[in-house]
Amino acid sequence: MILVVVEHDRGTMSPATWEALAAARAVGEVHALTIGEAADGLVDQIGAYGATTVHQVHHDVLTDYGPEAWGEVVAQATRALSPDIVLATGTDRGNEVMAHAAAILDLPMVANVVEFDGENLVRVRWGGSLLERCRLDAPVRLLTVAHHAFAAEEAPVSAHAESLAVDLDPMLARTVVRERVERKAGVTLSTAPVVVSGGRGVGSAEGFAPLLELAAELGGVVGCSRAVTNLGWRNHTDQVGQTGTRIAPDIYIACGISGAIQHWVGAMASKKILAINTDAEANMVTKADYAVIGDLHQVVPAITAEVRRRRSTSSPRT
Amino acid sequence: MRILVCVKRVPAPGARINITADGQAVDTAFLGFTMSPHEECAVEEAVQLVEQHGGEATVLTLGPAEADEQLRYAASLGVAKAVLLPIDGPDWDPQLTAQAIGAAITDIEATDGAFDLILFGNESADSGGFQVGIRVAHALGRPVVNGIKGIDVDGGSLRARREADAGVEVYEVSMPAVLGVKEGINLPRYPTLKGRLASKKVAVAQVVPQGEPGGQRMITLLPAAEQVSATVILGNGPEAAGAVVDMLEEIGVLK
Repeated sequence: MILVVVEHDRGTMSPATWEALAAARAVGEVHALTIGEAADGLVDQIGAYGATTVHQVHHDVLTDYGPEAWGEVVAQATRALSPDIVLATGTDRGNEVMAHAAAILDLPMVANVVEFDGENLVRVRWGGSLLERCRLDAPVRLLTVAHHAFAAEEAPVSAHAESLAVDLDPMLARTVVRERVERKAGVTLSTAPVVVSGGRGVGSAEGFAPLLELAAELGGVVGCSRAVTNLGWRNHTDQVGQTGTRIAPDIYIACGISGAIQHWVGAMASKKILAINTDAEANMVTKADYAVIGDLHQVVPAITAEVRRRRSTSSPRT
Repeated sequence: MRILVCVKRVPAPGARINITADGQAVDTAFLGFTMSPHEECAVEEAVQLVEQHGGEATVLTLGPAEADEQLRYAASLGVAKAVLLPIDGPDWDPQLTAQAIGAAITDIEATDGAFDLILFGNESADSGGFQVGIRVAHALGRPVVNGIKGIDVDGGSLRARREADAGVEVYEVSMPAVLGVKEGINLPRYPTLKGRLASKKVAVAQVVPQGEPGGQRMITLLPAAEQVSATVILGNGPEAAGAVVDMLEEIGVLK
């Protein structure tokens, strides 16, 4: 049996969990573990992705997310339910919770797998630019699945819920979320349909003005490379890459970005990529779907002007 | 404050990563080395916390003798002490690495006193196991939170912020504590000439690492599936704007 740890935030399930459930289903019988009362309403949603049993855990220290408390629950559920595999999401929370469980159980844990059916697993390295085939010797396999590696397809079954008793030390509340600052509504770098990004080739912080204009015109946001963040031209929250934000917009417009590995792995999930660069041999250009060879300082304003021109000549929008 | 930062020496790849013929390592013949980006920020954070609250920062790494370079880089930024846990050959697995680091910290603390705060990078740039810091925290019996992008120290405790889908989460943790930090928590400084000169004189303590191998063993590295796309050149210079907007209309971005 494969036990999937359901990632949720106060009852809202993360899309990465759908992928984990779908990945597990391809390998064997799937049970799910939900942590905290807030997740009790997720049974039908979990069944939609093929898990037959949902083990629900309730406790006073589980009213909000806490890495140590969640890790302890996963460890206790692993002991109580004896699964062959415990699978979590390859996200900040999923990797963190599984690492806690692995430390408690003194078992190996393999992060971000893309294949796990059989003795040898394949996992992601360097943020996805390299893979590793590895062997895992353990009585229970603790794994997280790489985000976007498995399709989140539904396969509905009727899931039933069971209560799972745990014994938690109140001390575990020491790392529970104390306070939250909710994000303002609106598009963010990770959800925007269009991202217009600038690299070292933009030349200065002020040089981003035309990129901001084009992004606004297309209903998108501005991103940047790590070089730009390190130069202090843009805030790190705009950084696309392995150590920044991973994006998947409809189109990624990369202006003056050479396309180092660190940047590419954050952008490669984009549906289409347009590179604007003076260097036709730049990595970003050769990997992109479309390219314009030229100076971004001339090309970007020209695109903005052309978008505006077509809008003003087409029939007025309501 | 007594702060320890744990770092890892990793290759600094450019546009692509090549694998050696035996599939056991990244071909570093033409690459420089650095510490993982999250850890550069961890070092900067340690230096800033010492500047604000007094005390001393120490940097530690488990790696080849050449990792001396990363320790001295940290020293050039203001870290006072350095510890190397030297290993030969391939990377140690995450369980073994964590055991060795945990044991070394216990030894250091037995003579020099406890660290108030131990910082790790959220994950290493190369192997990305997402676990060594958490395992070390468990071995030491200390609270740990990963993904931290803001730290405010207040007396014996700290407030740590982390970004999540819904916004920012705040944790309040009593020290001694362990945190895994992420790039973006600060903008790391560059070393000064004075710092570089001073770093040459820092004594690097060596502790022979020990531990039992864990259950994860690398068999081989594999190239990721290359995204093969024949790039369509839409034109040269600003004259290409028309073709670009045609394409935006075609893929449905321009409504």
